[in-house]
Amino acid sequence: MNAPATTAAAAKPDALPKVRTDLLPLLLVPALALVALPLVGSFPTWVTLTVAGIAMGLIVFIIASGLTLVFGLMDILNFGHGVFIALGAFLATTVLGGMADWTGSQNIFANLTAIFAAMLVAMAAAGAVGMAFERVIIRPVYGQHLKQILITMGGMIVGEELIKAIWGPQAIPLPLPAGLRGAVLIGDAAIEKYRLVAVVVGLAIFGLIFWVLNRTKAGLLIRAGVQDREMVEALGYRIRRLFVGVFVAGSALAGIGGVLWGLFQQSVIPQIGAQVNILIFIVIIIGGLGSAGGSFVGALLVGLLANYTGFLAPKVALFSNILLMVMVLLWRPQGLYPVAKR
Amino acid sequence: MLRSVLSNDFPRSRVLTALLVVIVLGLAFAPFLFPGAKSLSVAAKILVFIVLVASYDLLLGYTGIVSFAHTMFFGIGAYGIAIALARLGPTWGAVAVGVVTGLAVSLVLSFVIGLFSLRVKAIFYAMITLAVAAAFQTLASQLSDFTGGEDGLTFKVPEMLSPGFSLAEEPFLGASLDGKLISYYLLFFVAVALFLVMLRIVNSPFGRVLQAIRENDFRAEALGYRTVIYRTLSNVLGAGFATLAGAMLALWLRYNGPDTSLSFEIMLDILLMVVIGGMGTMYGAIVGSTVFILTQSYLQDLMKLASGGVAHLPAVGGFLSALLSPDRWLLWLGVLFVLSVYYFPTGIVGKLRTRALGGTRRA
Repeated sequence: MNAPATTAAAAKPDALPKVRTDLLPLLLVPALALVALPLVGSFPTWVTLTVAGIAMGLIVFIIASGLTLVFGLMDILNFGHGVFIALGAFLATTVLGGMADWTGSQNIFANLTAIFAAMLVAMAAAGAVGMAFERVIIRPVYGQHLKQILITMGGMIVGEELIKAIWGPQAIPLPLPAGLRGAVLIGDAAIEKYRLVAVVVGLAIFGLIFWVLNRTKAGLLIRAGVQDREMVEALGYRIRRLFVGVFVAGSALAGIGGVLWGLFQQSVIPQIGAQVNILIFIVIIIGGLGSAGGSFVGALLVGLLANYTGFLAPKVALFSNILLMVMVLLWRPQGLYPVAKR
Repeated sequence: MLRSVLSNDFPRSRVLTALLVVIVLGLAFAPFLFPGAKSLSVAAKILVFIVLVASYDLLLGYTGIVSFAHTMFFGIGAYGIAIALARLGPTWGAVAVGVVTGLAVSLVLSFVIGLFSLRVKAIFYAMITLAVAAAFQTLASQLSDFTGGEDGLTFKVPEMLSPGFSLAEEPFLGASLDGKLISYYLLFFVAVALFLVMLRIVNSPFGRVLQAIRENDFRAEALGYRTVIYRTLSNVLGAGFATLAGAMLALWLRYNGPDTSLSFEIMLDILLMVVIGGMGTMYGAIVGSTVFILTQSYLQDLMKLASGGVAHLPAVGGFLSALLSPDRWLLWLGVLFVLSVYYFPTGIVGKLRTRALGGTRRA
């Protein structure tokens, strides 16, 4: 890595040496898709599965990105992240249930408006709860790993029980809006409409996160903080405020992800948070703790693999995530994109 | 004598000593003091959880490892007994086969997981074990030919332990001398023995190293201890004792299924018991499990009363009553858990010991 960097710096003394982008993990995603093609056999089926996998992966990424950044920035792993997912999903049942006129109509724009309204509500609520969660649960235990794990787990229990107290312990159906049910045919491949929506929304949010992280001052500080927190503090930035911002944003994203995930599953149970949590953990371990780009690749891999194995060998699908994690860690023990010092 | 039995680790607080004596005596004479099927199963559950929680404390309290896969090993022990007895018939030989197989599986599995993931940070291990435990639970319910799936396995225990077996016609001191009583005392003595062994382990030089790793693993490594090996050993030991606890549970219940031994709720219960009793104190396991299980068995009744009491209040009555309904007891335990991690990180035992020291030194 150093050799080309030094020559570049010598040629142009003012420019910072460029860090070479590590493309190898990124190539895993198309590689996995290509390997699956002959196994699946029929091309249209493969397209259906791939779109489904990408949709699932993007939703998972939306949820996981906040968690991994919070870990990278503040060295805090929030086991209570699932609460925000569950909150988002349950708010979606309330909001979409209340907008029955909009969801019942065949007009896709009315349907999308309802979904966006649900996403906005979920984002605001999860962000607010996230702020309170950070203040009450996490702030007293900075720097104490053991207590953090225990406390955030406790927060998760309390949150889940509160959700049960408000919405009841039973599963609540979350049907897709009328216009988004069913599939469209592209060539011979049937693709569910909602999955296309999820892909578009997911890509948009991914683009937004990518833009914020790579093109804004705040993003620069976040990335710098992940690399070396003390240095950023020494330069006079209040990393605490930045951290609270990231935590709230991460919670809000989890809320949005909860809405999308709930619609993906079409029913919502209070344990949804704990279930998705496990998936998220696998994703951020695969990606490398603290790396947003890594969690993107990890999420796509998990999503694709879950759909391919679900089609090829349903029994194996239950463990595909664990197998994937083991393989990745055997290859790169710190995850696909290891963050310095971690 | 007492010094060597307790491995020179005395309760070091009068109140705590009194509490422990009451609990141990209560458990020792439970069949005679509290007759009735329900109270006996509560007592048996306490015995099983004392071993289970103590084995978790070995990991969490003494070595500072957070594992969420402890119920997996608990489940392996229970399934070992269940499968062996269901397949081989109700003999003592089958019990031995079940225990040995369960132990072997647990030891190998914990060794692999430990070597694989204990090299890195605590947080990493917590996440990996969470995922592995979830996968194992799925596996157990999927292999239904082998494990009975979601329904679990019901099986017969050796005749001496079955309720039909009777030692004497006449009841003795108000308790009938049947197989249930014998299995209770089997559990009791096994629990006492396992507890004393664990007490011995944590007070050995080996246990000292574990505590050094908990306090500062970098320094322990600098002193020349291979922390990975010690961590892995601690993990393997914890898993082994949890397996034995699982075997005890299965023998007592004569049934095993995913919900009784593998569910994540049990993992949370264990965490709560360790924290409430006191991390890093073996005695905390006794106090924690007793307090927790008694509360679990009786708090729900209390909450039913409270829930009915506030239901008629205007405006907030409905929500309050939902909060106080017996189904939401985990909510209050969660709150209790968070509060106790903040304010009583050393748990009941730690508090009592600090008080015995006159509060001048932190325990």
